[in-house]
Amino acid sequence: MSNATLVSTTVNGDPVQFACPADESLMTALRNRVGLTGVKEGCGTGDCGACSITLDGDLVCSCLVLGVEAEGREVATVEGLSADGELHPLQQKFIDHAALQCGICTPGFLVAAKALLDRNPNPNETEIRYALAGNLCRCTGYDKIVHAVQDAAKEMRKKKRR
Amino acid sequence: MGHDQKYVDKKYDVVGTRFNRPDGIDKVTGKARYGADASAPGQLVGRVLRSPHAHAQILKINTKKAEKLPGVKSVITFEDIPDLTGGDQGLADILENCMARGRALYDGHAVAAVAAVDEQTAAKALKLIDVKYKKLPHVTDVDEAMQESAPVIHDRIITRGVEPAPTKPSNISARTQMGYGDVDAGFAEADVIVEKTYKTEQTHQGYIEPHACLASVNPDGTAELWVTTQGHFVFRNVCASLLGLDIAKLKVTSSEIGGGFGGKTHVWAEPVALALSRKANRPVKLVMSRDEVFRATGPTSSTSIDVKMGATKDGTITAAVAEMRYQGGAFPGNWAMLACMTAFACYDIKNNKSIGWDVIVNRPKVAAYRAPSAPMAAFAVESTIDVLAKEIGVSPIDMRLKNVAREGTVAPYGPTYGPIGIEHTLQAVKDHPHMRAKLKKNQGRGVACGFWFNIGGQTCTDLNIGVDGTVNLTLGTVDVGGSRSSMAMIAAEELGIPYEQVRANIADTTSLGHNDMTEGSRGTFSSGMATVFAARDAISVLKQRAAKMWGVPEEDVVWENGQAIATGTGHGNLPPLSLQEIAAKSGRTGGPIAGHNEVTADGAGMGFASHICDVEVDPETGRSTIVRYTVVQDAGKAINPDYVEGQFQGGATQGIGWALNEEYIYGKDGCLQNPGFLDYRIPVCSDLPFIDTKILEVPNPLHPYGVRGVGETSIVPPLAAVGNAIANATGVRMTHAPMSPPRVLAAIDDQENAG
Repeated sequence: MSNATLVSTTVNGDPVQFACPADESLMTALRNRVGLTGVKEGCGTGDCGACSITLDGDLVCSCLVLGVEAEGREVATVEGLSADGELHPLQQKFIDHAALQCGICTPGFLVAAKALLDRNPNPNETEIRYALAGNLCRCTGYDKIVHAVQDAAKEMRKKKRR
Repeated sequence: MGHDQKYVDKKYDVVGTRFNRPDGIDKVTGKARYGADASAPGQLVGRVLRSPHAHAQILKINTKKAEKLPGVKSVITFEDIPDLTGGDQGLADILENCMARGRALYDGHAVAAVAAVDEQTAAKALKLIDVKYKKLPHVTDVDEAMQESAPVIHDRIITRGVEPAPTKPSNISARTQMGYGDVDAGFAEADVIVEKTYKTEQTHQGYIEPHACLASVNPDGTAELWVTTQGHFVFRNVCASLLGLDIAKLKVTSSEIGGGFGGKTHVWAEPVALALSRKANRPVKLVMSRDEVFRATGPTSSTSIDVKMGATKDGTITAAVAEMRYQGGAFPGNWAMLACMTAFACYDIKNNKSIGWDVIVNRPKVAAYRAPSAPMAAFAVESTIDVLAKEIGVSPIDMRLKNVAREGTVAPYGPTYGPIGIEHTLQAVKDHPHMRAKLKKNQGRGVACGFWFNIGGQTCTDLNIGVDGTVNLTLGTVDVGGSRSSMAMIAAEELGIPYEQVRANIADTTSLGHNDMTEGSRGTFSSGMATVFAARDAISVLKQRAAKMWGVPEEDVVWENGQAIATGTGHGNLPPLSLQEIAAKSGRTGGPIAGHNEVTADGAGMGFASHICDVEVDPETGRSTIVRYTVVQDAGKAINPDYVEGQFQGGATQGIGWALNEEYIYGKDGCLQNPGFLDYRIPVCSDLPFIDTKILEVPNPLHPYGVRGVGETSIVPPLAAVGNAIANATGVRMTHAPMSPPRVLAAIDDQENAG
């Protein structure tokens, strides 16, 4: 590996360091150097959303971000979604609603859906559909995914009220 | 042990309810390992060099510079995968598709490959390989390829199915004809005859996970392959044949699969990865880019279809003829033959004839895509039926019901139907509230039917009971959409234990007998059958052990609700023995308790569906939006309704994408212009409404639980359902799919100019 740069970043709350070439995507770095293969590669061109992560809270396709750009930033992936041994409500609802078939797009959908619910806890169907329009699923026709997100949002609002 | 596969009507405890899938948590937490997610010590990165030309002679490949680059561990061309196919032309075609042998046959055809220590080095090495091409004339259009003047792609191809056999080679690999009756007499009886020509463009399965594998070959001929595939046993056999390995020494493990839809039933880069590993003597991970997936794997045929149908004034179809031209890419296929099987299969037409032409063009080798070949034929036939119904003045649904195939109807491809569900789906559509919902301005409603025959095939299943009474169900059919949950449910049902007590796993090729691909909607039908039989096998062992524990004759023991019960005089008062109790003592009553089954599952139940589509067409732009969609399909028996609905919704959505947007666009140079998800647009979440589903259950008499197979039929009706809806919204009959905004707008303009 020539021209590698050492990158210090935070991934799912933990300090992480990795060295990567200047032209390597953050997706590749997360997958191959940090070991987070829940970040999926479907296209490498920002069209499918399978590699969705948040960077300082913003939803991005990690294939369109360079590894070196993670320096000093907060990265969140699907692997950080469940805390304290419990599934995030979105994760549980995706299972309950059979919102995945092959499951390759699921990590990206979960990250994108969480980003939506973080800024809009009560989205309507149209808002959900547009918020998830950057994530391709070829198996489900999105029907059960939208239902799962609606149900998770409902449960999260209920939990908050308690 | 022989088992009875006949359907028996009974009350189910587990089957037909909804359980969460066993692989759910792994898949929502990022732990599930797909094709690209495995690693091996010392692994290299494999990359493939592909032809930039549609058709070219390869004069010379110079790999010397690439080999000298530090970090490059192997460079291969076709010479590193010698032809061991021994006259098996089908296998030779697979080999040539994996790596060009003197000629590049399509844009994206593999020409050479490298394995290097990292991505950067591998990419650099590809650029150092010098290939001298001599461009040859090419043809990518199915109709043009059939012309006398077209460049002939393979000199060896003499059209099969034509008498007398042609004396000259051509791009037409086969002619197929099916049907019965006298179509000329049928048309003479008709009051109205409609004749139309249709075109459908090439589409890709579009699985989100690119092809990926991790190959490792040792100098002694032992090897391992981790791969995303719909059938690791078949991949093992094909790769072993191509590489000259012993089948038992090549262990293939199927990773979690990120979508296949038929595209992962074919071997692509796996033999290349194995050859790279063999030469480098190190593991090689080869992951395709999306560009490679589009240019060199999948797609389904583009087609050109003539349909002629005649009917009497009462709506009886008296004759039907379809002539269908399907391109199979650069190698011969049997895609038009499948079209002949399916085109008129929903109907009882006493005079019908289907002619298929399989055609070779300079495009990637066509692969199966969900009910392969049926959607295009259905687009043509189901559109024509609507035109015919309109001309006669009957409703499209009544027209279909009038001619519907029933038990006893002879299918155009030969068999006589047993109990089938097409009439039930049409009646359910007719009665559905969707049909009575009001349409708004610029909206139209369309209905269409679809058929897929479904298959069975070779299947092998193990069922092992642990000493705590939990059950490992070991399957060999790759789980493409939740089948592990269905199989665990079937095992639980049969054994009479809770679902949670069963764990279903997919075995690697060294752990179980051969299983055919998960294709043809066979997974739940055939693996379900083998699971029932393996469970019954285990139950007979459980009964023997209970008899031993009690000291009573075996024939006095029955199995009910998960426990052994002693019957008969003398020992009727013995308390039942549960599966757990028997399992706990197994070490002292004869050893482990297991059931096993191997079967060639026959009697797959035919799948039929009817769809309702509401579309809104923007007259300014020609853009069509699906505003409501309903799928009605006969599942035979829905083991886990969640995943049956999922198949209905997913197939319908793929069909909608095909109907409205998806198409391969080739330039004059014969190169694919849109090999990416930006320009090859599959439906996104905001394109669609909820997809309503209705599961009907007309049991398949040749499956113990009545299962048919549900995976594929759902993609068959949408093209015509959308086309019929657009016709009703605009008055314009679309005959070219996809019915993309420019095509619809042009058709609207043409109509206005003509009007």
